[in-house]
Amino acid sequence: MEHSLKIKIKNLDFYYGDFKALHDISLDIYANQVTAFIGPSGCGKSTLLRCLNRMNDLIPISRVEGQILLDNKNVNDPNVDVVTLRRNVGMVFQKPNPFPKTIFENVAYGLKVNGIKDKAYIASQVEKSLIQAAIWDEVKDRINDSALGLSGGQQQRLCIARALAIEPEVVLMDEPASALDPIATQKIEELIHQLKKSYTIIIVTHNMQQAARVSDVTAFFYLGKLIEKDDTETLFTKPKLQQTEDYITGRFG
Amino acid sequence: MKKNRQTGKGRQRRERAISFFFFSVALTSITILTLIVVFLFWEGLPIFSKVSVYDFLFGQYWYPTDDPPDFGIFPLIVASLAVTAMSAVISIPLGVMTALYLAESASARLREWIKPIVELLAALPSVVIGFFGMVIVAPFLQEILDIPTGLNLFNASLMLAFMSVPTICSISEDAIYSVPLELKEASLALGATQWETIARVILPASLSGISTAIILGMSRAIGETMVVLMIAGGAAQLPSSIFDPVRPMPASIAAEMAEAPFRSDHYYALFATGVVLFAFTLLFNLISEHISNKYRQVGAATL
Repeated sequence: MEHSLKIKIKNLDFYYGDFKALHDISLDIYANQVTAFIGPSGCGKSTLLRCLNRMNDLIPISRVEGQILLDNKNVNDPNVDVVTLRRNVGMVFQKPNPFPKTIFENVAYGLKVNGIKDKAYIASQVEKSLIQAAIWDEVKDRINDSALGLSGGQQQRLCIARALAIEPEVVLMDEPASALDPIATQKIEELIHQLKKSYTIIIVTHNMQQAARVSDVTAFFYLGKLIEKDDTETLFTKPKLQQTEDYITGRFG
Repeated sequence: MKKNRQTGKGRQRRERAISFFFFSVALTSITILTLIVVFLFWEGLPIFSKVSVYDFLFGQYWYPTDDPPDFGIFPLIVASLAVTAMSAVISIPLGVMTALYLAESASARLREWIKPIVELLAALPSVVIGFFGMVIVAPFLQEILDIPTGLNLFNASLMLAFMSVPTICSISEDAIYSVPLELKEASLALGATQWETIARVILPASLSGISTAIILGMSRAIGETMVVLMIAGGAAQLPSSIFDPVRPMPASIAAEMAEAPFRSDHYYALFATGVVLFAFTLLFNLISEHISNKYRQVGAATL
């Protein structure tokens, strides 16, 4: 299957104040694939992920150099509206973070803030997203209950549904299963597998087995540098660099 | 094992003694408070042998020293509620918006400066605020509005608002600031603007804290004595405009208690006014307690 180029990262440097967190990252990310970022804590994988939807804008002392092209448009261009960007590039966070609202309101939130008022459309979109996120059967009878009553795994799938409701093109996942038990993790992984048919997915993970299970392409980061990127199978079986091999075989990290 | 270690029994006895000590201290404060309340009712209730509860609460005339006297505190109740409500109208937007700015918009450095200053406002003695209202605001109002006196409902509400703003701002700010960053990020990541995030996520999540802040600010205003004594104007009448002088309950009690003969009807009536005031502040506190319990479930999800 041919995959089109979705995101092109060119010579990206990122600074937190004087600290250079990312060094000259260049990386291509293709549509309808799962790309995994792996590496030890502090290697910059989450920082890079958060550059893609400009969540780092929230940190006043941060600075980006280089380019990130989403469909050939630089996301850091002053003309790019960050709200539109984030609509196209959804995000699922490490810790499930549903709003203290009902399940329905959580999923409808993105639609409502994007100006959609049509109640029937919102309702159908909420149902569709919950089905897509494989949580519909568990919540359909209590859609108007507080989302905080759900289990951690359910909350995380709800957060995925919430991200899908506004139909982004890219879904960023920042260690989406790190706070979950193995069964919930398995559900999320199956879900990721389903979702790549319709979305471009980038997942940051600590867990190398997870990267091996869910991703098509894996990029290994260390100390803010992209060390090696390859098809997941190749990277995990025949890494080109000693450093990568040391990491995936658990010799450090 | 060390030789000088206490035996199990000795340790238990010491724990019990400590816990008994704390129990006694707690009991003392509660007993004293209870005694004050009992005393308040004890000295207030006898007036109802002279005036019915209805006539006392809804009587239009407060002429305690006339012969025969009139003990109707309705104008005083209305005055208290009016200054409290009006001060709330001024202080809630000021306090909550300042809190929102500090928690959401201000840079960390500015916040470090402004917050202590706002909190310092709470440390201003009420007599200073009263004095300010009396010598600065009152003549100013009198002049620009061409009214008979600047000591009136509006002036008192304004000064009371200044007194409640620090309470409202500081507690609201804590509530808003403690909304987890995760929720804010979730909202922004869904394409919400900063303002939408504040209106739809941050405010609802901190609503219980803000409500508590507002009620606490208002109970400060309704119980405040010195400011209303100095600048509300002191007329025991039903106000027909916000620029009429009024006589809120605390002002009436403070002004008249020294002159009321011990255990006279007037004395009993003032205590009964105190009972009514106590009922209002108690109500405010119960409401704030209820709100903060009811909406406690805020914040990011827990596993």
